[in-house]
Amino acid sequence: MQLASEAVNPAPGDDGVKAAAALAPRLKKQSRALGWLVDLWRPAVFVVILFAAWWAVTENGWVAPYILPSPGDTWNTMVENAAFLGAHTWVTTVETIIGFAIAVVIGELVAVMMIYSKTVEKTAYPLILFAQVIPKIAVAPLFVVWLGFGMEPKIVVAVLMAFFPIVVSGMAGLKSVDPEILELTSTMGASSIKTFLKVRLPASLPQLFSGLKVAATLAVTGAVVGEFVGANEGLGYVILQANGNIDTAMLFAALIIMSLMGVLLFALIQVAEWFLIPWHSSRRVTGSAATAG
Amino acid sequence: MTAMSPEKSKLQLDPVVEIEHLNVTFSSKRGHRVVAVEDASLTIGQGEFVSIAGPSGCGKSTMLKVVAGLTRATRGSVRLRGSEVTGPRQDIGYVFQRAALLEWRNVRANILLQAEMRGMDRARANRRADELIAMTGLAGFEKSLPHELSGGMQQRVSLCRALLHEPDVLLMDEPFGALDALTREKMNIELQRIWRETGTTVILVTHSVSEAIYLANRVVVMSPRPGRIQEIIDVPFGSNRDFGETLALPEFGDISARVRDLLGATHAED
Repeated sequence: MQLASEAVNPAPGDDGVKAAAALAPRLKKQSRALGWLVDLWRPAVFVVILFAAWWAVTENGWVAPYILPSPGDTWNTMVENAAFLGAHTWVTTVETIIGFAIAVVIGELVAVMMIYSKTVEKTAYPLILFAQVIPKIAVAPLFVVWLGFGMEPKIVVAVLMAFFPIVVSGMAGLKSVDPEILELTSTMGASSIKTFLKVRLPASLPQLFSGLKVAATLAVTGAVVGEFVGANEGLGYVILQANGNIDTAMLFAALIIMSLMGVLLFALIQVAEWFLIPWHSSRRVTGSAATAG
Repeated sequence: MTAMSPEKSKLQLDPVVEIEHLNVTFSSKRGHRVVAVEDASLTIGQGEFVSIAGPSGCGKSTMLKVVAGLTRATRGSVRLRGSEVTGPRQDIGYVFQRAALLEWRNVRANILLQAEMRGMDRARANRRADELIAMTGLAGFEKSLPHELSGGMQQRVSLCRALLHEPDVLLMDEPFGALDALTREKMNIELQRIWRETGTTVILVTHSVSEAIYLANRVVVMSPRPGRIQEIIDVPFGSNRDFGETLALPEFGDISARVRDLLGATHAED
């Protein structure tokens, strides 16, 4: 009887402390997004210093305006051409997002097929690697020849750029599942689809998401590279035009919008990660909280 | 080496696990053949608790995996409840050294994975989960995620998951090997009680001599490479065992000395 009562009280030593610790991360969940924003102060300070230096250099006339426009000029260009820039930004955004979405679907499908079939892996992996080594900018003209001057070749280049990190991280994620858990599920008589949906896929998400973040920024690059080669709209086209007219203020405006687009896409994926795999991010937060406290 | 005849043990009970002349050989990529288990025979009765003790690499874990159908026998046969083991078996519960929990599922959802994968009746699974959570002292932790739990607590979850579907036999592969000595002792006491309360047949692989003896009706001592059953020792204590009292019994000391003797110099506890 004495045994039973001892057993029911979970370990006074290690388990009791853990119990208290278990409540802490839940309280912190709300403030996590806020904490992320607060953490932005360092890069923010850096950007402010950069702008200040930029302003100082142009304001004192150390560099000619056609080489480096002042922040004011750039800002004015942006405001004056808001509609023009907006239209072109929209085109590039659509190309990027469609390209990224296609890359996610195809990339994850290929990763899944390679995980489940050794033959597919042995056939496809070297080919994918080979395709990755070919510089995308070198093949982009070919897509223009094949697909014309519309959005299609840009989307294809964006897909090609974003595809590789998604396949690699998707595969790494699917392989990261604990083999003992797979042994367990085989003794549970579960179908392989059930095991995939309930065990393999969720286990792969943390790794997949790190690939998605890399892929998102590459998709922007892909779309712009596609536009460089042959386009009459999009931010890549604006940059080429501005470059031809030595309109550096316009060039800078387009560059800034492009970087903001990449950052925004990255942030969107970060938010999706918080919602889809809270267990993963909460673990990281507890980790840092543990070292801080 | 099997001259000790496992059959002499009192087995008036229904056999649940029957291992006959089991041989397991692995061949490595370079063509080396490694004999993991050699000519092992063992019959385990309904409700029995059998510990398999031996040094690392003596094939004790392999034997457990063969019983579960996770590893193939090279020769010989294993029968579970009379039917030959040919592939992964669903009438067993398995506990690994690492808890192997899904880190995105809380305690309760991890236990219920067993039910979801099997398509068990929901109401029954929930009731059973409640019982097990209460029995293993996990009450109040149902919503905790695995990384919020200590190693001992995680292993309790793993045990609940393995018992949810009321398996014919519970297979435990060094379940407490990664725990500190005090937690391990406590888990031993709990496992003793849980075994008593559920009446499940248990095979426990361990390299802790005292754990093996304290928990078991019989201790199977294995020799290293190739893994053979050296001797099967009956543990004559009743089913309700107080940890301190049992370890202090003179017979416990005798059995312990015998097991250590068999394990020889190759063994160092923990």
